Amino acid sequence: MLKILKPGFYTTLQDKGRFGYRNMGVPVSGCMDAVAPEKCNLLLENSASAAVLEITMTGPTAEFEEPTFISLGGAKVEAFLNEESLELYKIYQVNKGDKISFGKLKLGFRNYLAVKGGFTTTKTLESVSQHHLITAEASIKANDEVPYNGNSDFSPKVSELRIEDYLNEVTLEVFKGPEFSLLSKKQKEQLLDSDFTVAKENNRMAYQLEETIEEHTHSILTSATLPGTIQLTPNGKLIVLMRDGQTTGGYPRILQLSEKAISVLAQKRAGNKVKLKLV
Amino acid sequence: MSQYNITIEPFGESALILTWPNEVSESILHDIISFQNHLKTKLSSSWEFVPVYNSLTLINQFENFEFDKLKAKLLNWHQGGTQTQKATNYLWKFPVCYDEEFGLDFDRLEEQIGLNKEDIIHAHTSHEYTVYGIGFLPGFMYLGGVPKILETARLENPRLKVASGSVGLAGKQTGIYPAESPGGWNIIGRCPVPMFNLKLEEPCVVNVGDKVAFFSISKAEYDVHIIQAEVGILKPEKVSLDA
Repeated sequence: MLKILKPGFYTTLQDKGRFGYRNMGVPVSGCMDAVAPEKCNLLLENSASAAVLEITMTGPTAEFEEPTFISLGGAKVEAFLNEESLELYKIYQVNKGDKISFGKLKLGFRNYLAVKGGFTTTKTLESVSQHHLITAEASIKANDEVPYNGNSDFSPKVSELRIEDYLNEVTLEVFKGPEFSLLSKKQKEQLLDSDFTVAKENNRMAYQLEETIEEHTHSILTSATLPGTIQLTPNGKLIVLMRDGQTTGGYPRILQLSEKAISVLAQKRAGNKVKLKLV
Repeated sequence: MSQYNITIEPFGESALILTWPNEVSESILHDIISFQNHLKTKLSSSWEFVPVYNSLTLINQFENFEFDKLKAKLLNWHQGGTQTQKATNYLWKFPVCYDEEFGLDFDRLEEQIGLNKEDIIHAHTSHEYTVYGIGFLPGFMYLGGVPKILETARLENPRLKVASGSVGLAGKQTGIYPAESPGGWNIIGRCPVPMFNLKLEEPCVVNVGDKVAFFSISKAEYDVHIIQAEVGILKPEKVSLDA
């Protein structure tokens, strides 16, 4: 078990998410940034869907109750195993009783902690991803014990990875959404030629952008939405649905983020700038 | 051959959206559902289907596909008609307690639409509603077929908390909140049947294309149903629509 001493600002268990339940209105969930946990799981030779901890902004303090191997990825952050400083995308062997703790966040917004074999929490609807309407607990709390299988016998093929920097990326690649054609010439220019600022209303469900574009009066019949769908409200506000986003919506879906762009945006916080680029 | 022309467009990297004529119609919904059921026999099991009103979204996050090729196949299958694969749809009968304790907006509604509580309950319980979609929250049904006299404006100031099971009216829609959430619908009662229940193998019993009717129960019956629901023995009544 990983014994949680302090949970941090907002820490959740995540894997790739729930598939096959959208027709019941169940959000997909899963790691907000899909890139970082994939690399950590690759290093640890875990399955791509192995469960990790998603750490938002301020990290937890936790004690390993069994030996294992770990890897951190995502946001650049000060992290420590006991007194030792940890680097991202590198494998560390952990002994029983070792403590992990986090310091200052330097760049990005979400960090991922992977353990050898993944966390083995019981799945709900085929996923461990925590969601307030699906799992018993919406997030990790103090004194939680997150299970994993102890392992002291692992010779990694590769002990560290270098990954292409995406934390500084400001361009979000987008596709035309189903209602793109409803946009006026002016709205299209506003969308694709301006900088947008991530609003303080941002979470695992959706990111709002501060700047608005021209208002509209289009109404559509409610239809499916996906993680990465950009909705346009009548007053010109842009709402980017994220991994816990609702499965249907009634606002025009003007753009769709690429898979990569969802991960890029997931590492942004209020005040960060982004640009939208049609591919 | 289907009587409807559909358009097929890509929706990001891993989905495509099939769109029928832009109207709320049972006939369109039936075409969508039977086509969906046909596709379930034709496509691999990693495809997800989200039918809502006049669209069917197909999502596949596990396999790559070539949009143009798949579009051609889909159009061909749709044109060819979908004689088989008509899944059974049901009429569900859900109990609702319309007591003042739960029906928070009867006074507001009387002012707005000129019907008293009894008239509203009578109108609400004497119609069958069609499930045009499930989404927004796990187990939330978009129900169509609300009689004109029950069409109402949403609350100007949405409530921060609407209790799970609350039954509401808004615009041309009625529905049940499957979980506590913020909401701007006029609340007229509460349904003791959980709309999304993780204790069941199928957490959401209702499917798009089903119908829903409501009947009025007393507070005492409601209390009994809540206990039955907690121990998992509350089974809502359903009637096959194909019979």
